[in-house]
Amino acid sequence: MAKLPIDVTALITKFGPTLHHVPPGGWAHTGEDEKLVKTHCCFCGQQCGIQLWVRANKVVGFEPWEDFPFNRGKLCPKGVKRYLQDEHPDRLKTPLQRVEGKGFEPVTWEAALDRTVAEIQRIRQTYGNDAVGIFGGASLTNEKAYLVGKFARVALKTSNVDYNGRLCMVSAAAASKKVLGIDRSANPWSDIAKAAVILVAGSNIAECAPITTDYLWQARERGGKLIVLDPRLTPIARNADLFIPVRPGGDIGVFNGMLHLMIERGWIDRRFIAEHTTGFEQVEEAVRKYTPEYAAKIAGVPPEMIIKAAEIWGPAPTSFVLHARGIEHHTKGVDNCVAAIQLAVATGRIGREGCGYAMITGQGNGQGGREQGQKADQLPGCRDINNPEHRRYIAGVWGIDEKEMPSAGLSMPRMIEAAYEGRIKGLITICNNPVVSLPDANYVRAALEKLEFYVNIDFFLSETARYADIVLAGSLMEEDEGTTTSVEGRVIRHRKAVEPPADARADWRIICDLARRLGQGDKFNYASPRDIFEEIRVASKGGVADYSGMTWERLEENYGLFWPCPSPDHPGTPRLYENGKFGHPDGKAHFLPIEWRPSAEMPDDEYPIVLTTGRVVSQFLSGTQTRRIGALVDQYPQPRCEMHPRLAEKLGVADGDFVKVESRRGAVVVRAQVVKTIRPDTVFVPYHWPLDRSANNMTIRAYDPVSQIPEYKVSAVRVCKVDPPSDPIALLEVQAGGVR
Amino acid sequence: MSELCFFMDHSRCIGCQSCVQACAECDTHRGVSLIHLETIERRDSVQTAPQVCMHCEEPICAAVCPADAIKKTPDGVVQSSLKPRCIGCSNCVLSCPFGVPKYTAEIDQMMKCDMCYDRSSTGKKPMCATVCPSGALIFTTMEEIQRTRRGIPINSWKFGNEEVQTKVYVMVPREVTRVDVELAQLAATPASLAEDPYDVALMLEEVR
Repeated sequence: MAKLPIDVTALITKFGPTLHHVPPGGWAHTGEDEKLVKTHCCFCGQQCGIQLWVRANKVVGFEPWEDFPFNRGKLCPKGVKRYLQDEHPDRLKTPLQRVEGKGFEPVTWEAALDRTVAEIQRIRQTYGNDAVGIFGGASLTNEKAYLVGKFARVALKTSNVDYNGRLCMVSAAAASKKVLGIDRSANPWSDIAKAAVILVAGSNIAECAPITTDYLWQARERGGKLIVLDPRLTPIARNADLFIPVRPGGDIGVFNGMLHLMIERGWIDRRFIAEHTTGFEQVEEAVRKYTPEYAAKIAGVPPEMIIKAAEIWGPAPTSFVLHARGIEHHTKGVDNCVAAIQLAVATGRIGREGCGYAMITGQGNGQGGREQGQKADQLPGCRDINNPEHRRYIAGVWGIDEKEMPSAGLSMPRMIEAAYEGRIKGLITICNNPVVSLPDANYVRAALEKLEFYVNIDFFLSETARYADIVLAGSLMEEDEGTTTSVEGRVIRHRKAVEPPADARADWRIICDLARRLGQGDKFNYASPRDIFEEIRVASKGGVADYSGMTWERLEENYGLFWPCPSPDHPGTPRLYENGKFGHPDGKAHFLPIEWRPSAEMPDDEYPIVLTTGRVVSQFLSGTQTRRIGALVDQYPQPRCEMHPRLAEKLGVADGDFVKVESRRGAVVVRAQVVKTIRPDTVFVPYHWPLDRSANNMTIRAYDPVSQIPEYKVSAVRVCKVDPPSDPIALLEVQAGGVR
Repeated sequence: MSELCFFMDHSRCIGCQSCVQACAECDTHRGVSLIHLETIERRDSVQTAPQVCMHCEEPICAAVCPADAIKKTPDGVVQSSLKPRCIGCSNCVLSCPFGVPKYTAEIDQMMKCDMCYDRSSTGKKPMCATVCPSGALIFTTMEEIQRTRRGIPINSWKFGNEEVQTKVYVMVPREVTRVDVELAQLAATPASLAEDPYDVALMLEEVR
């Protein structure tokens, strides 16, 4: 029975989110008995180097780490304040069990693990192995991500394992694999600064990947030009040479329109295309009709903007494409990325200094998190779970028969649908908060309520953990050690700063404990995360994401190593596709004709406005951590609905008024922020908040057919002015879902 | 090695507030942020501008202080008011042409950016200029800034008839040698700027 055991406001009173403002011991920094631990930020895919001050097993502050080459001491506000997630009053320090009418009560590890395993076995015997699903997360280290995938296939024996990178990187990953043959950013970030033109498509870099800003500005200092596509004029767009305020879902109009003109004016590299690619004829055919006028109608911008984009991009000596969720969160997310990447390939400007392409990874281990086998269709080393040879190799590493290895299972959103429909009865999640992060939040809550048993591993009682039968108190990033793989494909070392508090346990131990109780202890017999990394080296050997030549010592000595790194003397591979050698077996890049199609839900008379969702700089993803850090909540306390003054005037809304934003699925009541920096046909609400402030109450359960990414960036809504809300949820603190 | 200097480049600022958050982590005033980050006019644009103390060669704030509470160190850093001397009169607040000093009623004292004196006096960089993700605030050598930036650093200002030299530099276009601020200018939009340059609705109507 995964329903809330007591009223949500009572749960919030006990478990938060509450705000943590002051470090342990107060603001005074004694410097005595303190040590500095060189590690990385726990938040986004930039994975900035940072040093944590530690005193008496407590994290008490931070110091910039200027030697780490990616960020050179730079940090965003989340990185600066990340240390306040430690010693937090909301921290879970013991396993909990749900008690109807009472909430959650502490329970011993023995009892919690025994009950979990008994329920898993009961569900498996009653409904079959696939009735148990498991969600991992892309903020887990490589070691934990590997363990989640292996645990699912070997111990749970379920095909239903997936992770929240499904909401983040899968469109970019699929497109990159389709066109270039490898799922990784093609270049190190140092190449961005050397490009003569940079095209940023659907990425609010200033807020979602702030450290990348300096790389853009470095390019501009050298005379480089910047083109930005976004429905909102973001801080980087303010200083762009060309800002294209594209309609949400209209990006292909710009990309295909640019390619049309580049072909017409001879700004493509015919020789490179002939020698190193396949399929260009079909693309040429497909973009023929994308004249500036036709393309402009799709993109929702004046044709002159597309012409200017082609004129800047086409003849440039060097160039770089960057894209992120803005073009990826669509039912055509993969196609959007393919069309963007092809602008680089058609000019032959890839695989050399200052020339290339990168996807901007969202989550901390967004890159590594999908390589180690917790993705529904993948095995470690970016191997394919439906490829017999790949299955045999990994089965050998794991010591199981290949026939025992489950096949590809359901993606994370499909597993929620399966739970709603009664096909998934038991669920384990770690590092995942789908109640806030998945689209159509009312449906997600209803699906969780239908589970027969749900166990959640986390360090705070997240909005999703409230639905659990058992909550296992896990570990923060700095309470364990391991590796992650950054936005650049650079594998880096996370060092342990402190021990998990009280009776909380390192995540990898929890998973191994469960595996032992499921009778697979011999296959999860690790003494430390380093043992797991050593197994990843073997499991990834010969795969696309080959880590076999890496050791933790080498990672430390070199500030990380870029995969593939197939031998101990291999320097790693910062730049892929050098000399026109691509990742497909034929060594070529594969062009694909892309045709624009409408979004799943287009605006109509009833719901005439497009809602697009995204992030703010001071919050991270579903907010489990950042909505508990006082200074970050103070910076941007509650979600606001951005709208253009022309729309606001039509709606009779003034800045600061409360508005109801409503789709066919749900609504939020938030304050309006009236700004000229957004398209008049579009509103924006950031998604980090829960309950009646959750932007995902409105978003649609529509997915890309290839990547299964949800269409967060286009939902049809209507907006109206309302009175200030005064219901019990509105009266909560802002970090819990209330309003100010 | 050359002396490290403080440079501000407003064109790079993305308004992320890393500087504000990190300022509150500096040991001399931990828990209190002293840097200002101004949002110019959010309705019209996303433009933001950081403001640290410019550390004037002849600090006006110190000159107008009736209690002689504001001191400049030999290395040119103008400090917060001395607690035993500060009488909370706010002369400094009113006189600073950059709007830097702020009077804090709870402690009855003026506090302001001291360039993280605990850090910068011992060879470390100020917090804000270390963490700033966009390079809008940077603490480096004059050679490095000239090598890596298009604009040029200047530290000469004229407010009405008052000339000011500062320890902190701002990056400006190459043709500028001094920033002149006239009172009449403050209210008016320069003719060279388009009206509402960041209004997306106007962009979509352009060249139609």
